[in-house]
Amino acid sequence: MDVAVIKYNAGNVQSVLYAMERLGANATLTDDWETIKKSDKVVFPGQGEASTAMKYLRERKLDQLIQSLEQPFFGICLGLQLLCEHSEEYDTSCLGVFPIRVKKFPSVEKVPHMGWNNLEHLKSPLLKGLTDSDYVYYVHSYYAEVDPRYTIATSHYMHDFSALLHRDNYYAMQAHPEKSSRVGETILTNFLNL
Amino acid sequence: MLTKRIIPCLDVKDGRTVKGVNFVELRDAGDPVELGRLYAQEGADELVYLDITATVEKRKTLVDLVTRVAKTVNIPFTVGGGISNVEDVKALLNAGADKISINSAAVKNPRAVDEMAREFGSQCIVVAIDTKNIDGIDFVHTHGGRRPTLLQTREWAKEVTDRGAGEILLTSMDHDGVKNGFANEITADLSSLLSIPIIASGGAGNMQHFKDVFTAGKADAALAASIFHFKEIPIPALKQYLENEGITIRR
Repeated sequence: MDVAVIKYNAGNVQSVLYAMERLGANATLTDDWETIKKSDKVVFPGQGEASTAMKYLRERKLDQLIQSLEQPFFGICLGLQLLCEHSEEYDTSCLGVFPIRVKKFPSVEKVPHMGWNNLEHLKSPLLKGLTDSDYVYYVHSYYAEVDPRYTIATSHYMHDFSALLHRDNYYAMQAHPEKSSRVGETILTNFLNL
Repeated sequence: MLTKRIIPCLDVKDGRTVKGVNFVELRDAGDPVELGRLYAQEGADELVYLDITATVEKRKTLVDLVTRVAKTVNIPFTVGGGISNVEDVKALLNAGADKISINSAAVKNPRAVDEMAREFGSQCIVVAIDTKNIDGIDFVHTHGGRRPTLLQTREWAKEVTDRGAGEILLTSMDHDGVKNGFANEITADLSSLLSIPIIASGGAGNMQHFKDVFTAGKADAALAASIFHFKEIPIPALKQYLENEGITIRR
């Protein structure tokens, strides 16, 4: 199983590579069009800031590549937000795979939303074997709104938000599966088995 | 629901755990990677590795260790000990650490917090504060709590938050090692005062101390070392207890 992990100016990609290795996948960090196109699965990780990331992707035309891929594709954390239509973070126009808006958490509670929170309203083969008493690890200040057409699980912090999204071959998760212990490994394994 | 977090802390010197850890399950209890993996399996929510190596080889040893931990452990981990500048942070984050923690270096050069937060994001910058009460006033201490400063703890915590810290690791030197409970009062003050999570450290002696620091102390996370290392409190039993007591915890 060849997995291309998209290389761009995002932080903490090493952990995603290690998690893939632990699950027996052959993961490569790359921004090469041909390598990404030929791989069995594509992972779009990320930690950082939306406008800087989008600028980098556009300059290298990786935005067009991402929008044209046909194999199973998995956006993680900032990767999920970039797959949406628009982010409030520096008013950034994103990739638009999901026609959903990304908003900032109000500072009613502590922001970022940091730590373990459970998944709810699960509905997808990607979440096979999991229930709403399973927890995943979050670190984020922005969230994707819930859209019943694409939201395949929610989490609750001040209000419900999209924990995972799915449309066609595109999947995305706001939490960090690579840091979410057994639950994260289940989700990544389900993705690799798609 | 967002859970409260339980965080074992591992002291590391020259790439090995110190403090006489005694685990029969481990082939090599001195290996911080093996121990970290065991804690992750037992249900620890995060790990903190605190490097107390003093040699010039320190940085390389620490980066090697972080790489091995990142390859093996499937929960988040923070690395602290002698980190002073953006270059140190970059090397550790690139090796796979999720967060870094700075302490004395922030006191010496507060602007380092701004620089690190701007470069890598607040979410990975933990500021560790060692606090000690002197005649009724809480003062920040450095160098493992040995050296008092003129900074008052609440003001310093507010300042580093404004400078971009993503989390505060608050260790009460009055409570550390005494096992009579966490410093709930100042922990609660900081938790109410600040918009970022507070990790309470120092004083854990029994399971109720954890309940107290999450309720009276309003802590977001609780950190302990020896009571976990010596199995005085196994993590699964602690989490069961906290759940029974109505604390939101990951099971």
